[in-house]
Amino acid sequence: MRARLTRLLLLFGLARGAARARNEPGEHDDGIDPRRRDVPASPGNELLVAVLLAVGGLLLVAFGVLVAVEASTQLLGGLLGAGLAALAAALIVAGKGVVVQETSVQERISGDSPEAVQRTEDELASGIEGVSRRRLLLGAAGVTGTGALVAAAVPFTAIGPSPEALLGSPWRAGTALVDEQHAAIRADELEVGSFLTAFPRGADMRELGSPVVVVRADPAELRLPAGRAEWAPEGIMAFSKICTHAGCAVSLYRYPVDERLSSGPALVCPCHYSTFDVRRGARVIFGPAGRPLPQLPLRIAADNTLVAGGPLSGSVGPAWWGTRRGRT
Amino acid sequence: MGYAQGPDVSPPQDPVAFVGQRLQTAKPLRQVMRYVFPDHWSFLLGEAALYSFVVLVATGVFLGFFYTPSTTEVTWTGPYAPLSGESLSQAYASVLDLSFTVPAGLLMRQTHHWAANLFLVAITLHLLRIFYTAAFRKPRELNYFVGVTLLGLAILEGYAGYSLLDDLLSGMGLAIGYGTALSIPGVGGALGSLIWDGPFPGGDDFLSRLFVVHVFILPAIIAGLIAAHLAMIVRPHHTQFRGPGRRERNVVGSPLWPAYALRSLGFFAAVAAILVLLGAFVQINPIWQWGPFDPWVGENGAQPDWYLGWLIGALRLMPNWEIHAFGATVAPNPFFGGILFPGLVFGVLYAAPWLDRRLWSRDERVHHLLDRPRDNPRRTAFATAFVTLVVVVLFAGSADRLFLATSSSYELLVWVFRALVFVAPVVAWVVARRVCLRLRREDAHPLRGVDGQVVQRAASGGFETLGSARNGGPSDRQPDGTPKTSTGQASRPKAD
Repeated sequence: MRARLTRLLLLFGLARGAARARNEPGEHDDGIDPRRRDVPASPGNELLVAVLLAVGGLLLVAFGVLVAVEASTQLLGGLLGAGLAALAAALIVAGKGVVVQETSVQERISGDSPEAVQRTEDELASGIEGVSRRRLLLGAAGVTGTGALVAAAVPFTAIGPSPEALLGSPWRAGTALVDEQHAAIRADELEVGSFLTAFPRGADMRELGSPVVVVRADPAELRLPAGRAEWAPEGIMAFSKICTHAGCAVSLYRYPVDERLSSGPALVCPCHYSTFDVRRGARVIFGPAGRPLPQLPLRIAADNTLVAGGPLSGSVGPAWWGTRRGRT
Repeated sequence: MGYAQGPDVSPPQDPVAFVGQRLQTAKPLRQVMRYVFPDHWSFLLGEAALYSFVVLVATGVFLGFFYTPSTTEVTWTGPYAPLSGESLSQAYASVLDLSFTVPAGLLMRQTHHWAANLFLVAITLHLLRIFYTAAFRKPRELNYFVGVTLLGLAILEGYAGYSLLDDLLSGMGLAIGYGTALSIPGVGGALGSLIWDGPFPGGDDFLSRLFVVHVFILPAIIAGLIAAHLAMIVRPHHTQFRGPGRRERNVVGSPLWPAYALRSLGFFAAVAAILVLLGAFVQINPIWQWGPFDPWVGENGAQPDWYLGWLIGALRLMPNWEIHAFGATVAPNPFFGGILFPGLVFGVLYAAPWLDRRLWSRDERVHHLLDRPRDNPRRTAFATAFVTLVVVVLFAGSADRLFLATSSSYELLVWVFRALVFVAPVVAWVVARRVCLRLRREDAHPLRGVDGQVVQRAASGGFETLGSARNGGPSDRQPDGTPKTSTGQASRPKAD
């Protein structure tokens, strides 16, 4: 044992000596020995550290006491912060002016030698000596591994329902529009420039397919897509309130129009400023949204309240694989 | 081999002997104490990140005692009049209670949030230091990958954290996250429904899942990777800058014991003190001002934490392209800004060691001595252009605030940013390259001016100062810029 150790040490020493003699490309030994060792021996600094530690301790105790009497955030944080700052100062003064200041030099390891790597690889290989059908075994292990992955993944599918649920919306022909307090929305209460949020009566308001914005524009200015002429009685229109870009609520309505800055009344999503021209069926006129907001056909019932004339014109909210382009 | 015999000792009397007789720790302890840390201020950036994480864990444990991950609606009665009597989710109500009624609760929450911000700042600056000085080269590539992974996880962890609050800001952030998850080609719809337990705003289980992710899964992975990050630096040691006696084969600096340990602990206390003082005096994320979230509510001027701004910016700047095929939306728009762009950014970061071998250092050798940024203008120009790109996109994330501040047209601002995305990196490239070449020629410090003086040794043995190196003195660089020697900093008078 001891003999082996001695031999190892000798080898190590030789290797180090050889390594020292070799310079890396582009460097030469500057002959400077950077090692130094200073003993500060500064009673003044020691006293300072003691005072800082004591002050820090008192501040921290004060923090503890004041938490109990529910002092203000500023007072509590001020005490705790000041206590920690005193502790920091004490430690840094101690580290720089009380204890031994030393610059020392360590040799670096040089990574595994090719021989060491080879010996380890041989060791690995020696364990499967005499095994002839390695490929077969590897393949079989692969089958097990795949099976294990599937077995591990299947329980996770229980976490979420099918994405088909993303396509749902409670709007049907005849569904009444109500406001946040469940009151019906009357057509004669809407002026040109009006902007409000409505929900399908009796449905879950938090479902993405529920909220719509209701706006009213001058019917003469409307340039709705073909087939939607009947969807906007008296210029009143409803669009899904959920942005088709990333799902935020389209909660800004740019109206009245500042002619210097914009071209017409538009719905704007505050998240990334996707901008939808209400007069042209919420077509995207700026920003990242890839498709228009789905429109809800409207009609005015006999009692002058708004009801849906049919389902929304396309799938609601941010696009995914199953979002059909034609159904916008 | 049996246990060494020694006189029996009690732990308080002689802890080194007590533990050593049982676990044979005297020698490893001595090695740890003699372990050398090179001294440079930029090496503190990683420590700042580490200590921020410790503060995050400490304050986070406190917050975890009071938070309720539930969307069940309750009527909140508390001292904040505008929300008292409102029907709020339990999650939001519990954070309001924490902020208004729990002793030191608001202090802990604000300190936690500041610590998250500092954590990301420190990691980012640490990464820039590594990149500009090429510390990611052999033999440290593996550790570099761990570090880049930590950056990605820290961003996710921060996002998960402020998404738990269920106020309006977190709800809008989650909506965008949902839209981005949905945009992943093929699997997005299933993945989004899986994470959110159904379509947005999600089922009852969503917040509990997010809570487990934020307080257990991600912190455990981050803590494990931090441990690996530290363990993996022990054998190759830290890199060091060139200087007197500093070689590829050695490491020069302070041993851990005692000065370095005391200074580092002092730095820890200083980081904690700064974070607590920020938490006490500088308001951050006043959740009561946002109000509760509902899917049909949005607010102008909502801004995420800074480390997510570059993703918002990328989403904002992207033209409204989508890829359709086979009747399906193959690549919905958020894919480009929310998945592809960060994918490319992290791809470049992960590829840096190989890019360096091919394009910058152009060698496969082991490097323990750091480059100064000027030493390799190719690498520095690339890094500067890359950083400029991400920073332009980060500022584009605040385009709505700029729009309000400058009262110009939002569309115009976005077009300016779109142009800057292409122009600014090129300008940054050219400028960085020229600055490097000039600094190398003059061998000047960018802030301090010229380092060192030209000294001539006379035949008699005395030394004579000829003047500063700027006035045509010999440079310690070869004409092609590679360092000629490792000298040059032996005497460094601070010029002006």
